Amino acid sequence: MAKRRVVVTGMGIVSPVGSTVETAWANILAGRSGIGPVTAFDASHFPVRIGGPVKDFQVEQYLNPKEAKKMDFFIHYGIGAAVQAIQDSGLEITEANAERVGTFIGSGIGGLPGIEEGHSAFLKGGPRRLTPFFVPRSIINMISGNLSVLYGIKGPNLAVVTACTTGTHSIGLAGRLIAYGDADVMLAGGAEMATTPTGLCGFAAARALSVRNDEPERASRPWDKDRDGFVLSDGAGVVMLEEYEHAKRRGARIHAELIGFGMSGDAYHMTLPSPNGDGARRAMSNALRDAEIAPEDVDYINAHGTSTPAGDKIESDAAKAVFGDHAHRLAMSSTKSMTGHLLGAAGGVEAIFSVLAIRDQVAPPTINLDEPEPGCDLNYVPHQTQERRVRVALSNSFGFGGTNGTVVFRALD
Amino acid sequence: MTDISNIEARVKKIIIEQLGVKEEQVTNEASFVEDLGADSLDTVELVMALEEEFELEIPDEDAEKITTVQQAIDYISSHNG
Repeated sequence: MAKRRVVVTGMGIVSPVGSTVETAWANILAGRSGIGPVTAFDASHFPVRIGGPVKDFQVEQYLNPKEAKKMDFFIHYGIGAAVQAIQDSGLEITEANAERVGTFIGSGIGGLPGIEEGHSAFLKGGPRRLTPFFVPRSIINMISGNLSVLYGIKGPNLAVVTACTTGTHSIGLAGRLIAYGDADVMLAGGAEMATTPTGLCGFAAARALSVRNDEPERASRPWDKDRDGFVLSDGAGVVMLEEYEHAKRRGARIHAELIGFGMSGDAYHMTLPSPNGDGARRAMSNALRDAEIAPEDVDYINAHGTSTPAGDKIESDAAKAVFGDHAHRLAMSSTKSMTGHLLGAAGGVEAIFSVLAIRDQVAPPTINLDEPEPGCDLNYVPHQTQERRVRVALSNSFGFGGTNGTVVFRALD
Repeated sequence: MTDISNIEARVKKIIIEQLGVKEEQVTNEASFVEDLGADSLDTVELVMALEEEFELEIPDEDAEKITTVQQAIDYISSHNG
């Protein structure tokens, strides 16, 4: 069976650098950080006191207050990004097409704020004080669930949970559903809101986070020799994927084509990446094979690049293993230097930045990269956006549990 | 604090907050499900909010019988203080 072609016809972003695609992208190209001190609660006695809360997001734009109250923040963000993607696509979901439209939006962690709140109420007041919305407001597939109710979306209704690879896996797998014929249109991506007391302290306890509390905007510094961990951020990134002929027939604006998807497992450690970058290498190679392109065809990589000591170096090494000499010719940057790490939403937001790199023929910068670690010698686009030819862009995500994913986008000819 | 009109006002205030409805919709005869758009989970949460406001415990078998604004007012009036 021939694979059906899959294109991107809608995009939506909720993030620390802005909560529309155009504002977020403008901030990224200008090299502006969205990271700041944690102010939503008293973190003064925490080891980590910085994060990336969403900017300029009003839930009332997307949900009525009565509905919003029953959903945790990650659901608000996921629905916000999905609604933006639907509006951007111009597609009207009707009785006639509803069964061919699906939703595939995941999260790494889900409704941590509601779980914390519910548990406190339970400890204080006993079983009778637990709200009936404790479960439905927290569980991860409720972005897809609520979205399907709001828009009458009757096709595949899914969510994967693969830590920081959630967004990338969701997009890749949703693309496969369209290629295989299960749906003509899929909303796909990820959402996250885990900057709560236990979320922040949990990642800090795992020694994953930067403790550069005095300089929040300089804390996320992928490949820099002084990097010391990632910055925990919130938000969502959702794309509308559509079967090529379906998009063409309705005269949709096509942002780019999703041409490849690859996955791999490290089989190495709960939280650390395999030291030789073997898992990252195989995810990229598998995606290139699926895309039926040569390594030399790739112009830009939106790296996982979280700013952890272990992760950045192995990703750079893995790129050299996959691309050989071409690794030094392509551009590879980390927009997490500005957004921080949106965990399960990262792959969604970064897929969109990859598509926009193709649209605008630019490589967005890696800010704070003042002095690369020895051995990290690729073009990471330090500090400033580079104008360059970008026909093919690749986006990487690697997650706790040693789960990896890579998606590849290409300009439509 | 136990006079009927005061209870009525407090009950209605909670219904407005919990169900996200307008004041004029909350007539005494209004049914939570039929008239105010509540589903089964909303009514569970509404009863919890009433319990908290009036510091009383409403057993499930009683809660099931509270389906209108007036029934809520009556129940609380007869069980309060």
